[in-house]
Amino acid sequence: MPDDDGTGTTPHPQGGRRASAPGSRLDRWVDAYAQRTRGMTASEIRALFAVASRPEVVSLAGGMPFLSALPLDVVGEALARLVATRGTVALQYGSGQGDPELRGKIIDVMAPQQVAAHPDDIVVTTGSQQAIDLVTRIFVDPGDVVLAEAPSYVGALGVFRAYQADVVHVPLDDDGLVPEALEAALAQLAAQGRRVKFLYTVPNHHNPAGVTLSAERRPRIVEIARRHGVLVMEDDPYGLLGFEGDPLPSLYSHDPESVIYLGSFSKTFAPGFRVGWAVAPHAVREKLVLASEAAILCPSAFSQLAVATYLEDHDWKHQVGVFRELYRERATATLEALSDLLPSARWTTPRGGFYVWLTLPDGLDAKAMLPRAVTERVAYVPGTAFYADGQGRQSLRLSYCYPTSERIREGIRRLATVVEAETELLATFGPESRLRTAGTADPRVASPGPDLT
Amino acid sequence: MNLAPRVLVLAGGLSHERDVSLRSGRRVAEALRDGGCTVMERDVDAGLLGLLSGGTVDVVWPLLHGASGEDGAIRDVLELLEVPYVGSTPAACRAAWDKPVAGSVARAAGLGVPDSVALPHGTFRELGAQAVLAAITEQLGLPLVVKPARGGSALGVSVVRVAEELPRAMVECFAYGDVALVQRYVAGVEVAVSVVETDGGPVALPPVEIVPDGGFYGYDARYVAGATEFFCPARLTADAAAAVAEVALTAHRAFGLRHLSRTDLVVDEAGRPWFLEVNVAPGMTETSLLPQAVEAMGEDPANLYRALVERATQDRAVPA
Repeated sequence: MPDDDGTGTTPHPQGGRRASAPGSRLDRWVDAYAQRTRGMTASEIRALFAVASRPEVVSLAGGMPFLSALPLDVVGEALARLVATRGTVALQYGSGQGDPELRGKIIDVMAPQQVAAHPDDIVVTTGSQQAIDLVTRIFVDPGDVVLAEAPSYVGALGVFRAYQADVVHVPLDDDGLVPEALEAALAQLAAQGRRVKFLYTVPNHHNPAGVTLSAERRPRIVEIARRHGVLVMEDDPYGLLGFEGDPLPSLYSHDPESVIYLGSFSKTFAPGFRVGWAVAPHAVREKLVLASEAAILCPSAFSQLAVATYLEDHDWKHQVGVFRELYRERATATLEALSDLLPSARWTTPRGGFYVWLTLPDGLDAKAMLPRAVTERVAYVPGTAFYADGQGRQSLRLSYCYPTSERIREGIRRLATVVEAETELLATFGPESRLRTAGTADPRVASPGPDLT
Repeated sequence: MNLAPRVLVLAGGLSHERDVSLRSGRRVAEALRDGGCTVMERDVDAGLLGLLSGGTVDVVWPLLHGASGEDGAIRDVLELLEVPYVGSTPAACRAAWDKPVAGSVARAAGLGVPDSVALPHGTFRELGAQAVLAAITEQLGLPLVVKPARGGSALGVSVVRVAEELPRAMVECFAYGDVALVQRYVAGVEVAVSVVETDGGPVALPPVEIVPDGGFYGYDARYVAGATEFFCPARLTADAAAAVAEVALTAHRAFGLRHLSRTDLVVDEAGRPWFLEVNVAPGMTETSLLPQAVEAMGEDPANLYRALVERATQDRAVPA
């Protein structure tokens, strides 16, 4: 490679070189971006997801709810009525904290998780994603430690990275986050003099791990966090989508002063409205409202009233049941297909939600084999996307929320072909072919966009 | 042509480079609209043939990268339908697309091509990977470049500087395709020369010199603005600049290419150009090399792209 002096103005006397004007980087602001944009570049892995939108590809990569199960005609009529009768409110600016009517109804939606709050404890946000952003914004200074499960929701990791948090992963198992591991991590960080701002956790039907925090562990997790002076951010978008009856009591129910509870209508109704919320202790809630006003002035009044109308006029609990049964059938199809077609792998058994976390046979690398999967017309998200520190190479996330059971089985059949070919390649080239700089984080974005099927 | 040509920009497809193709397609479509053309953008799907038979399209511009876009398959279909299209004929595409074949064609045309071997995965399995890799490093030396025999955008490509890294590079390469090209690495100035034909014979555009951060012109370096520094024209002496232009024109003619192509090469320390590959569907994205060369000439891409479209319409009568 030629020496690059950075300006291009130094003459190169040899090798057919001559001096010239400075080069171009095709982005005149390349030196102006903030530090926090480091890593805000898409990797070639993200580009591979482009094919997932093609009908030939079985996409087990995205997390899009199956909206065809909604009564779209009924929703459509309600929206038309909303604009016709309450348009001057629905299309106007609204309160920064969110519409009081909707906040009242959210209290009912959270009852199964035993989140006993008042409407005034709630801040409505643009999806719970914005709530993650706001909580991080008001608590995290660059370099502060945020604890997250290993693996953790990729969208939260993106927020933590944007605020320059230092993410420390805490292991989970089939019963969710491991209390002993949390205790150990907090003790170690305390010994290092590190400031831990909060624990981010998805206790129900975890994304991506597919596991649920056991009832027995819930009070222990809250107690450990409280003892170490660490706030808990409990993210619960899938809580109502359990296949086995009512959800377990939330972490919030164990200590409302130590837990911020996040909820969302994206999976129980529709993500297009972008309506989520945070339930927070009084003082925290005040700051969340001001931070939200600074960011977006107010959440969409139209979306909030649309959701409130839907909750008022429609049997939304029945609809959640329809979703639940649909996803239960697809989860079953996924687990059966894995048992039949990919017995060399290990996987978690979801009791709700959208995801199965799959661990490949030793030596295989889910990220490195994604191009082959694309050739075979199946897509998944490589495990590394769900870690901030480069772990997860041997694992991947399968989403069963969108494709039909038949397509899921076909996708897993294709995945088995891919695993077989990669196993053969590994046998040919030996374990040294997988030599890597272990644990090196790749800051580039390797997850699909939100609109991936 | 007095009336605005109706152009169908074909982009997307099912290859690993779908995302790049969509970006190229959008960019070309916008420029053609600026140039006064009527433009439709479309993916390759079951409705395509019906559309092409409907008489609403004057010219197709295939901007599909990777397989089926560059291996000539789509162009074969366009020939069958007798629809004019921008770019090279199927036979020319097949030779250029397959890197080992392309190397042979370029060598036969008198161009310098780094020594290489092209081996399918099966060969390593049957003969033993260690022995084959040892033979390769002994014969070709280090460093080496490992790349899929077919494919673009540097996907699956690695530069191997120590022998221990070779197995990993092979495995990454085979994730993209069944045949790997292992080539002697030539250090020097990395240059791309685009060739266009509008109203006359092929013309070489100014060479673009590529200086990626970190030294390797990989996927990020290609498509993330800011990750690579480009010099256009390249910082070459007049002699070297003339030589790289001649390589690109020779390749364009030797492969029988049409309308546009891009030859990637390296000028070594002695000033000698080495042919690496020629692209029949060069990238046309915001960060791609051909558009940079066009802009460096002070030419409006809208005019050039429209001229290519009009040339393609005139070439309709020319047998493939």
